Amino acid sequence: MAIIRDMIPAFELFQPTTVEDALVLLAEHGQGAWVLAGGLDSYDWFKDRIKRPEAVIDLGGIDELTGISDAQDGLEIGAMTTLTEIVRHERVRSEYTLLADAAEHVATPQIRNQGTLGGNVSQDTRCWYYRSGWPCYRAGGNTCYAAAPQAMNREHAIMGTSRCVAVSPSDTAHALVALDAKMIVRGRRSSNVYDAEDFFIGPATDITRMTVLESGDLLTQINIPGEWANAHFYYEKVRDRGSWDFQLVSVAAAFKTSGNTIDDARIVVNGVAPFPVRLDAVERLVRGTSVDEAVAIEAGEIAIQGSHALKYNEYKQPMMSNLVRRAVRSVA
Amino acid sequence: MGRWLDFESNPWGQEVLQGVSLDLMYLAIGLAVLFTLGHWFWYRRRGFSKQEEVAEAQGSVAGIPERIVRHTLASRIFHWSMAASMLVLLVTAFVPLLGLEFAWVTIHWIAGAVLILTIVYHVIHSIGWQDFWSMMSMGAKDVREGISHFRHVLSPKAPTPEKPGKYPFDHRMYHNGIVVVSLAAIVTGVLMTLRIETPFWEPNTYYPFVDQAVSGYSELGEPVISLTPGATTGLMFVIHGIAGVSLILMVTAHIYFAIRPDKRWFTWSMIRGWIDREHYLAHFDPDKWSVSDGSVQEQAPGGAIADSVVSAPRVDD
Repeated sequence: MAIIRDMIPAFELFQPTTVEDALVLLAEHGQGAWVLAGGLDSYDWFKDRIKRPEAVIDLGGIDELTGISDAQDGLEIGAMTTLTEIVRHERVRSEYTLLADAAEHVATPQIRNQGTLGGNVSQDTRCWYYRSGWPCYRAGGNTCYAAAPQAMNREHAIMGTSRCVAVSPSDTAHALVALDAKMIVRGRRSSNVYDAEDFFIGPATDITRMTVLESGDLLTQINIPGEWANAHFYYEKVRDRGSWDFQLVSVAAAFKTSGNTIDDARIVVNGVAPFPVRLDAVERLVRGTSVDEAVAIEAGEIAIQGSHALKYNEYKQPMMSNLVRRAVRSVA
Repeated sequence: MGRWLDFESNPWGQEVLQGVSLDLMYLAIGLAVLFTLGHWFWYRRRGFSKQEEVAEAQGSVAGIPERIVRHTLASRIFHWSMAASMLVLLVTAFVPLLGLEFAWVTIHWIAGAVLILTIVYHVIHSIGWQDFWSMMSMGAKDVREGISHFRHVLSPKAPTPEKPGKYPFDHRMYHNGIVVVSLAAIVTGVLMTLRIETPFWEPNTYYPFVDQAVSGYSELGEPVISLTPGATTGLMFVIHGIAGVSLILMVTAHIYFAIRPDKRWFTWSMIRGWIDREHYLAHFDPDKWSVSDGSVQEQAPGGAIADSVVSAPRVDD
């Protein structure tokens, strides 16, 4: 374990009130800057003294980054909107229950009051070798300590790995992928819109990051298109401790249905890979299918094809299979 | 030292070697650009193109065909397969580091596997069907030939060097350099591939290099070995990294010379297999690379090494 000390090392704190000012500060401080949203990921890093930023850019004072507004087609959610606001938002609760469910499964009420949607999807992995300061691949080194034969890797990935076997810890990431959300990322000179599916990147693309966000980038808004509003949703999260824990495996699924026939589907699993895994093969299987137990079982079996268990996380394969089976079965 | 090598601290504050610094890649790219531009300006300023144009074919054309086979189809297939895999390896290794990100690991090891296959093919082909040492030998006479050639390149007043055999000294020097650097990259690359997921084996992060340490003794008195990837793993990455950045320089130089107008006839020979009689007589010594009836025979490996052993004249590439 990292040595936890009682004081966070000094840094320069900036509290901009506009996105433009925040972007200027990020550009000025470059790699030495740290974006602070709810602080629930950041302060752990600082206290453990694993991350020592020179400048912390606190987004808490930027009003334009907060709140949920109706868009012409769907919803626009500011990246600094708290998870509690999302859980309580009337339209989210009625039309996008998948997101409300996902946000409600994050940690505890206190943490949801403080934690933001942008922070939740941008947080770093919880692999303890990495978080404890081991010089692993993700930390810029040349070894994954969690994949070693004697490593403690019960919570680690069973698919999508490439040297690093850490998993995405976010409870909302896969719900956003299932809803086909659009992530608005602003930089000093450009603004880009990413499909949520593309916002999260695996170690094969960049082993030191979990999202497309680079130094100087800011996730400012998450747009939820209306296409999947009022669809049939399924969200389930399995964790060791029911009251408050990170997921072991969880599933977020959206189905367009006619009776018990699935017209279209987006099924995404998290906790099994370094990024939310969209199950294309399962979606192809269930599309246009009348759901019965046989289809659900087959969906569960297909879901884990190509997975590869580490020494202590073999249980994730049947767990993922069962969650996908339940998600599909929920349509029947 | 720290500028060129990357170290990371473990939780106990110990510095662990990780590999070469990114600065080394930027240095190699910078040197490659500088060399290319510098040579190009120098080349134009010295007016070598004119010299090349006026280089006259000397010697009798009797018995020398118009087209002289320089590279057989088998050799050309090897060369271009190797070139393609090498370029893919370089692109997948360095382009993501320059900011254009994509899932490079799988493409990288597949290209590496292709490179290994092409080299195995090349070695077998060279031993069985070519004069293996003709592109390798670097004796005293070769070095003298190289120095003489180099002096002439630097100063036109220097004595005109002897014409070489089939493979001029600079070609052999480059070949030997690329052999050493590629083998270093391949050996360390294969060792690194043991650590990632491929269809060939179960990945093992701790294999093959670990710093083993006795961390204690069991109740039976047997030593308990703890395995810690450390300096030896870092050394593997350092060698791979140095080989990689060296290849940036070497491949850039190779491509530069290949597309330079005065050397294009060499490049064309690697595409269509032959050179014409004029270039043959202008640039090679028929005594060192004898040709008859359209076939090519290597009398002396590397051209200038007349005393090297060649068992029998054979069709060469």
